[in-house]
Amino acid sequence: MVAIPSRHRALFLLTVVIVVQVLFLAVQIQHADKEGENHSLMRSWSVGLISPFERAGAWGVGKVRGTWRHYFALSDAARENERLKQENDTLKLENTQLRSKASEADRLAGLLNFRESQIHVPMVGARVIATSPDANSAVVFIDRGQREGVKKNMGVITPDGVVGKVIESFSGTAQVLLVTDRDSGVGAMIEESRIQSPVKGLGEPLLNMSYVSNDDEVKVGERVVTSGMDRIFPRDLPVGTIVEVKQGSPPFKFIRVRPSAQIEKLEEVIVLLTTDPLVTKKLAPAADASGPSAASPTEAVQKQASGKRTQETSAKTQEKPR
Amino acid sequence: MNDTFDLRSGETHIEVHKFRGGTIIFATVFALFAQAFLPVYLPKVAIVDLPLLITIYFGLSRRNPSTGLLLGGAVGCLQDLLGKTPLGFYGIAKTLIGYAASSIGGKLDTEHPAARFALTFVFLALHQGIIALIQRLLLAHRSEPWFNMHLAVAALVNSIVGIFVYFFLDRLRKS
Repeated sequence: MVAIPSRHRALFLLTVVIVVQVLFLAVQIQHADKEGENHSLMRSWSVGLISPFERAGAWGVGKVRGTWRHYFALSDAARENERLKQENDTLKLENTQLRSKASEADRLAGLLNFRESQIHVPMVGARVIATSPDANSAVVFIDRGQREGVKKNMGVITPDGVVGKVIESFSGTAQVLLVTDRDSGVGAMIEESRIQSPVKGLGEPLLNMSYVSNDDEVKVGERVVTSGMDRIFPRDLPVGTIVEVKQGSPPFKFIRVRPSAQIEKLEEVIVLLTTDPLVTKKLAPAADASGPSAASPTEAVQKQASGKRTQETSAKTQEKPR
Repeated sequence: MNDTFDLRSGETHIEVHKFRGGTIIFATVFALFAQAFLPVYLPKVAIVDLPLLITIYFGLSRRNPSTGLLLGGAVGCLQDLLGKTPLGFYGIAKTLIGYAASSIGGKLDTEHPAARFALTFVFLALHQGIIALIQRLLLAHRSEPWFNMHLAVAALVNSIVGIFVYFFLDRLRKS
């Protein structure tokens, strides 16, 4: 057998380690192509090993924060309570107006189909317990997994808008690819003009709307919503707001979109527990006649939800020990 | 047995440092845990690559290319397993960084903060270069840039944070 000189041993070891890892990479890439649904057992074990610590960490931080907020940081509670009461009253008023608009819309053919269909959509709340340890991917772990019915390709949202989709689901944890990741994409359209184009992540806070023709008129400030074409998200969920429009390299415009969901401050999310496309009936022509000034059902549902949350917050604040 | 000794006695005074039992394993696991956990509450912290700083530090301190590359490989593979990248992606990058750091550590005195700052900056840039290369050669992706302003800022921040992390880890050396 050939002896390796001691001064070359490290170089030999380096070569072996690199070759083994390159082979690892090659094997995984082939697997990904053939069976996209599966994930490697080693990855599953690693996540299973680390997630209890992450879960415990999140639980601990939650407890410490809760103790601090409920027992020590009460100096502004009364003032905050007053402010919340006022805000609550305003929201109640808005809520009533929106209910009235919603029932009016109910009478118009099909305008509330979306909302009605979403009521029956199974969903589960989840807490973000960790991010990816590599800074180049926008991925988070949530504390719900296969046990709770979370599966690959399910949509993840917050009341503010689209967050991402589940890319791996383990027994009690799932990995979510955020919309801001480079590999991420959402079927979307401009809310008012209904121009459709996928919105892609860039690995930075803003998203890119790729395929809008230079001939189409697009303005800064317009809202972008889901189109439902990706068969992951239902139609009309908020994706973001257009913040930059330029004439791009022909034939498409250069459009940047700021996500509606606060991607960098995610703590709690909602997982849509279905990968089936959500059926929405075609809107009746009367819906168009209501014009853009009429609140969309999604918006109405969100504002009502937000009003309800504020009421609950106010009630909790009033219960704080003094 | 001496805990430190001259690598090239008679020529220079480069010491190989040893650490208290379990320091390397604990620091590695803690770095991976903190990297995954802290950005949930402090998103800006994600710019710091703690696993890479740990790889560089132990490479520079231990000055043994074999252990440096194995530690780098282990850290990188764990990072891959906990992220969405294929196993070996960060593994290869950190193996090479671990090897380079421990090789350079055996030739230069890397105890001075200025030297550590400069080396960390260079290794961060090198790490990014390797990642971009792997993406282009092995994964046929072109999304990862070779280097840009954001990465320059990240390298600068990591170099500054590294000085403090290294200073703390110095306390865990066997005296």
